[in-house]
Amino acid sequence: MSDTDIGPGSDGGAPDGPVTMLETPIHIDYQYTAGLAQSHFLKGISEGRFLGQRCPKCHKVYVPPRGSCPTDGVATTDEVELGNTGTVTTYCVVNVPFQGQSIEIPYICAQVLLDGANLAFMGLIQEIPTAEVRMGLRVEAVWVDESELAPNLTSVKYFRPTGEPDAPYESFKEYL
Amino acid sequence: MADSDVLRAPHVLDYVYKRSVGPVIGAFLTALRDGRILGATGSGGKVAVPPAEYDPITGEDSGELVDVGPGGVVTTWAWTAEPRPDQPLDRPFAWVLVRLDGADTALLHVMEAAGPDAVSTGMRVTARFRPRAERVGHIKDIECFVAEGAS
Repeated sequence: MSDTDIGPGSDGGAPDGPVTMLETPIHIDYQYTAGLAQSHFLKGISEGRFLGQRCPKCHKVYVPPRGSCPTDGVATTDEVELGNTGTVTTYCVVNVPFQGQSIEIPYICAQVLLDGANLAFMGLIQEIPTAEVRMGLRVEAVWVDESELAPNLTSVKYFRPTGEPDAPYESFKEYL
Repeated sequence: MADSDVLRAPHVLDYVYKRSVGPVIGAFLTALRDGRILGATGSGGKVAVPPAEYDPITGEDSGELVDVGPGGVVTTWAWTAEPRPDQPLDRPFAWVLVRLDGADTALLHVMEAAGPDAVSTGMRVTARFRPRAERVGHIKDIECFVAEGAS
């Protein structure tokens, strides 16, 4: 709240009636620093590429990378470029409207395990009826136009089915 | 990759909570809009400001709402030399706990003062309300407290 914006205290009813509602606007101003690993990943995103990092000990590939392996506690320095395709490991259908929602409901929010990655990645699933989305569905990333690519995840518009046969459960069961 | 390659961006969270205030805080806010400050009478005749719906000791419903202030005594304070953008005043000020006349608890608010030397525990202060047209039924209907006689 700024000094000049004291916010409406009454509920918008009669201006002189009893006050029954209170609005308390919250404004939190962060400066977010992505760090080395995530900055590298986001630069890849701005070029239409998925860049991850591999743990030198357990060889798992993390995308997005955080710069270290949570299992081994070592820095992940090997860079790995992943492909554009992956598998839906799990998903949910969003039917509930909420403040600030920018996508028309219902929509699908899914965990997508990119081919070659050992960490699932959150994305939207489109170009398929909601009821047909399933675990194991093979998908590919759809990017914004090249001129609109930016170092943030709005560059990945959504994932859509590739038409390949579903991935067997065993291939992604460790990533649920 | 050099440090200069690290990406930074503003990340601003803005959201509005809206809640019903209930009969007691509702009456308190409505009175603020009218330029009055209300407290609630509780056990032993103690008056709480801001008023609570329930007596903090017995858990009984609070009793009668009574007018308190607008004058009172600073019970403790802290000087803010560099106000942050969202704080109540845009100039250096004191956070104060004020025990208003007729009250047994202290209300947290801000005090306008020339500097920390002008604030002291035990000093008399009084509420400065915003003009009627700007009051909406909010704790900020009291713009700030000022030294008694200074307003």
